[in-house]
Amino acid sequence: MMTPPVLSIRNLHVEFPTKRGVVRAVSGLDLDLWPGRSLGLVGESGSGKSVTALAILRLLPCPPARTSADRIELNGEDLMAASPSRMREVRGAEVGMIFQDPMTSLNPSMTVGQQVAEALSQHHLATKREARRLAVEALARVRIPNAERVARQYPHTLSGGLRQRVMIAMAIAPRPVLLIADEPTTALDVTVQAEILDLLRELRAEYALTVLLITHDLGVVSEFCDEVAVMYAGRIVERAPAERLFSSPKHPYTLGLLASLPGLSPPQGGRQRLNAIPGQPPDPASIPSGCPFHPRCPRAMPACSAQEPPEVELDAKQQVSCLLYS
Amino acid sequence: MGGVFAAALVAAAILAPVIAPYQYAAQDTRPGCQNAPPSPAHMLGTDDLGRDVFSRLLYGARVSLAVAFGVQLVDLLVGVGLGLLSGYYGGRLDHLIMRITDVMFAFPDLLLAILIMAIAPPSLLNVFVALGAVSWPSMARLVRGQTMSLRALEFVEAARALGASDARIMLRHVLPNLLGPVVVAMATGMASVILAESTLSFLGIGIQPPYPSWGTMVSSAMNSFRSYPLQVVIPAVTLACAVLAFNLLADGLRDSLDPRMRGL
Repeated sequence: MMTPPVLSIRNLHVEFPTKRGVVRAVSGLDLDLWPGRSLGLVGESGSGKSVTALAILRLLPCPPARTSADRIELNGEDLMAASPSRMREVRGAEVGMIFQDPMTSLNPSMTVGQQVAEALSQHHLATKREARRLAVEALARVRIPNAERVARQYPHTLSGGLRQRVMIAMAIAPRPVLLIADEPTTALDVTVQAEILDLLRELRAEYALTVLLITHDLGVVSEFCDEVAVMYAGRIVERAPAERLFSSPKHPYTLGLLASLPGLSPPQGGRQRLNAIPGQPPDPASIPSGCPFHPRCPRAMPACSAQEPPEVELDAKQQVSCLLYS
Repeated sequence: MGGVFAAALVAAAILAPVIAPYQYAAQDTRPGCQNAPPSPAHMLGTDDLGRDVFSRLLYGARVSLAVAFGVQLVDLLVGVGLGLLSGYYGGRLDHLIMRITDVMFAFPDLLLAILIMAIAPPSLLNVFVALGAVSWPSMARLVRGQTMSLRALEFVEAARALGASDARIMLRHVLPNLLGPVVVAMATGMASVILAESTLSFLGIGIQPPYPSWGTMVSSAMNSFRSYPLQVVIPAVTLACAVLAFNLLADGLRDSLDPRMRGL
């Protein structure tokens, strides 16, 4: 842990002013990504995961979004202060991004080979002709059979799994130091999901990639991530190494999430009910005072609604923001 | 079907000097050869000055199509260009461009074209200008709408996340995906420009004699309509067929370019 983090975020806030009031999508988020490690950012829909990813690359449209942070540093460079042209270099060349839906994330009017080649040539990482060759290579590297032929095909002729591989090829071809994967497997069916995760794991080892994986799927996290940060209502409520989070979760919300996973074998007596967390995620325009989870928390105390829980360091590896531990 | 006729028309216009049996202004001065009915020498007859109607029809097609293509080029450069900028950037630029198109829409198209022709001396170039000026706003509107919906799609976001610049996104990711509707609009535009050019010429402020246009042919034959109706009917029917052809072409293109319509 002596090496500096690849990505370091301090006190990130993202707000959207709306007619119903200010929506606080992310409030006071701190995050560090260490070289070669993978961090899973987990949470329900609307917890601020994807907004965080977009904020890192400064891709949120600037009205309406209001982004502020003490710092967002990529290898020591503050991205909050970077010029628009510098940001364009960072996007793609230094930070690759994979989107959720491979069906709509590829340009329907360009062959996939052209699209991968463009990811390279627009950063002047290769001449046009080299880019073509490197594109086929990148497609082969994401285990696309017949890469040469597939490179000449249009996205609509490919299956979802193949298209997601193409997206990954586009993201890794420029050799970024950081890969942000926003729900990379959510739109795929389960067997393809497993293949894509395998592929990402191989690529991560091959290139010593640092990965920020955004997902709501704890199964994916347990398979892929070294560390996990659990988000709720725009805040990180617990962070821990992956195996620790599953073996000894601390935050009541994490406990609830884990309890709501279907077990592999039904318990004695046949039927098992899924344990859902009661209630709904809070309306981001009116987040409850104090700990935002307290209205749904089975162990809520009177103090929970009054005081925002500080992050408590249980040990060097596990932190939790809950009054139960302070 | 519309495509076949439109293609034949374009071919006839290009090859007019080869196909046409006479020069467009050549007069047959022999007695009895003015206002002649169709005959082996003049397959569609002659007009009041003894000029071959078929030849004039072919040369008239040249004018009509040249103007129509020229105006489509204006649409493509100005209309598509401004529409793309407007839809992509939005905000004030969009407001400005859209208010200009609003103003243009507020004028009746033909009246504005007549106004421009009245100020400028009638010439082929000014016919382009007048018709181009009235036709680009609808193209700009169309492209703006398409751009706005394309801009919201994920692959545009993905392109930006991979570091593409605004210009690259517009030209490589947005423009190719809106070509379908643009091509259809251009085919429809061809039809309406052909009609508009003939109207201007009919009113005497478009193409100037002796160069033939279907519009001038109809208007000069109007005087003797009762005696020689064929001279009005022939250019008028040709005009109607040309407009129909391009409209059918547009329909055909729409069906083949719209994936949802495919196979229905």
